[in-house]
Amino acid sequence: MELLTIADVLQLLLVGLSQGCLYSLIAIGLVLVYKATEQVNFAQGEFMMMGAFVGYQFIVLMGLPYWLGVGLTLIVMGAFGYGIDALVVRRLTGQPVFTVFILTLALGIALRAVAGMIWGFGNYTLPAPIPGNLKIGPVVMAWSSILAILLTALISVGLYAFFRFSRHGAAMLALSQNQLAAFYMGIPVKRLTSVIWAMSAVFGACAGLLLAPITLVSTSMGFIGFKAFAGAIVGGFGSIPGAVAGCLLIGVTEPFFDIAFPTMKGIGAYLVMFAVLLIRPQGLLAQIHAKKV
Amino acid sequence: MSDVLTLSNVETMYGRVMAIRGVSLKVTEGSIVTIMGSNGAGKTTILKTISGALDPFKGRIAFERAEIAGLDPDVVARRGIAHSPEGREVFPLLSVRDNLMMGAYTRRDRDEVARDMEKVLGWFPVLRDFLEKSAIYLSGGQQQMVALGRAFMQRPRLMLLDEPSLGLSPRLIQEIFAIICRMNGDEGVTMLLVEQNANVALPVSDFGYVLETGRIVMEGPRDVLLASDDIREFYLGIKGEAARGDRRWKVKKTWR
Repeated sequence: MELLTIADVLQLLLVGLSQGCLYSLIAIGLVLVYKATEQVNFAQGEFMMMGAFVGYQFIVLMGLPYWLGVGLTLIVMGAFGYGIDALVVRRLTGQPVFTVFILTLALGIALRAVAGMIWGFGNYTLPAPIPGNLKIGPVVMAWSSILAILLTALISVGLYAFFRFSRHGAAMLALSQNQLAAFYMGIPVKRLTSVIWAMSAVFGACAGLLLAPITLVSTSMGFIGFKAFAGAIVGGFGSIPGAVAGCLLIGVTEPFFDIAFPTMKGIGAYLVMFAVLLIRPQGLLAQIHAKKV
Repeated sequence: MSDVLTLSNVETMYGRVMAIRGVSLKVTEGSIVTIMGSNGAGKTTILKTISGALDPFKGRIAFERAEIAGLDPDVVARRGIAHSPEGREVFPLLSVRDNLMMGAYTRRDRDEVARDMEKVLGWFPVLRDFLEKSAIYLSGGQQQMVALGRAFMQRPRLMLLDEPSLGLSPRLIQEIFAIICRMNGDEGVTMLLVEQNANVALPVSDFGYVLETGRIVMEGPRDVLLASDDIREFYLGIKGEAARGDRRWKVKKTWR
C-alpha cells in the first residue's frame, strides 16, 4: 500500500463525509420512528429504494423536469410512509416488538419484489440533481455529494428547530416519551405517528434521489440501509444527533478502511459498530436515562 | 345541578378477565366523587374506560349527554375530560414547563393559558424553581404536582384523578388534597377521584362509591358513608368498640 498524499486524504474525507450524510438521512428516519413508537423499521432502506424508483418514474420515464419530479417524488413518498403506518403498522400497536420487526422485514422484501415487478430488476440511471464536479485544487467533488452534505445539515437543523419551537414537534417529543399520557393530553397520537412515518419516508426518498446518480437505481440499493442502521446504533439509537454522528463516523472511516484492506471491502462500517459497542455499549450519544415505559 | 358523567352498566374486559362488572355511577356538576376500593377492585379500569384507554365491552358512558364509549383517548380529552393517571406519568425528558404546557396542547387562548400557568405555579410554588428542569429529576410528590397541574392546564370540565396520594408522605397528601379542593371550589372543576386512601379522600368528597371485585357494593353521600360501620372499619381503619376485632385476634392467636 503506497502512502496517501494530503490531497488524497482530503478527497477521501470529503467522499466519506457525503456518503456518511446519505447514511444519516436514512438513519434519521429510522431513529424518528424508533423514538416515537419503539418500533424499528427494517424496511427503511427499501423506503429509500422506493424513493429512487418513484423519482426514476417521474424524471426518466415520464420525462418531467428534474425538480418537479423531485417534488412529486417527495409528496408520493410522504403519502406512502403515512399510509404504511395508517394501514399496516398501526394495527400492531400493543403487540410485541418482535411482531413489528418481522412485519417490517417482510415489508422490505415485499417492496423489493413490487419494485422489481413494476420497474424491472436491472440497473437504471437517474440524472444527478446538479451535474458536474466542483474542483478545489487537487480535490474533486461531485455537486450531488456537496448537495448531500448541505441537505443533511439543513434537515438536522430543521428538525432541531421543529422539535424545539413548534407545537407539533413538542407533541411528538411528548408522545415518544409517554404515549398514554400524550393521548390523555388530547394529542392526536395516531395521526402524529403516521406523520412521523411520512417524514421518515421523505428523508429516505431524499437519500435515494441523491444516491441514485452514484450507485444507479436497482431493487437491491436498499441494502445500504444496513449501514445506516449500523450508524444509528453507533450513535446510540434513539438520538438524532447521535445517529448523524455515528453515520458520519462510519462514512468517513469507510473509504480509508477499504483502501487499507481492499480484501475486506464493505465491512468497515460493521467493524466500527462492533468497536464502538465494545467500548461504549450505550452508543456515542445515548440518552442518559433509561426510557420509562 | 346536572350530571356531567353517567355510566350505565359498564363492563370492561382485561384480556379474558372481566375487570368491572356492570358499574353504574353518576358525577354531578361541580362535585367531587370518590370511588374507594382495595387493590384490584377495578378502580383504575373504570377511569381508563371513561377516558378511552380501554373500550367497554358493554354499557354506556355519557359525558354531557353525548356517548363517549369507544372513542380514542385523545378525542375524549378534547371533549373536556382530563385524566391524571396512576403513577403520575409525566413526560420524563421534557422540562416541567413543557410538561405543563403539554396540558394546554389543544388550547389556542394563549393569554388564558399563561394565566392558568400562573395559577398552577401559585398552588405549587416548589415547581417554580424547577421550571426548566427535566421532570425525571423531580421527587414523587413534585411529579404528582406536575401531573395535577398538567391536567388542570387542559381546563377540563371533568377531571379524573387516579390515586393522587400514591406513594406520598402524609403531609404532602394533605397539601395535594388541599389543592384538589381549591381546583374544585375556586375553579369549579368537577372531579372523579379514585383512592385507596379513603381517610383523606372521603372527607373532601360530596359522594362516594365503594367498589369490590368490579362491582359497586355501596354508595351514598359523604356523611352517610362516613357514618357507616363497614366503611369506618374497612376503609377508614377506625375500630368500633365492637368485639369483632378482638374476636379475630383471638382466633389468630390460637391458630398460631
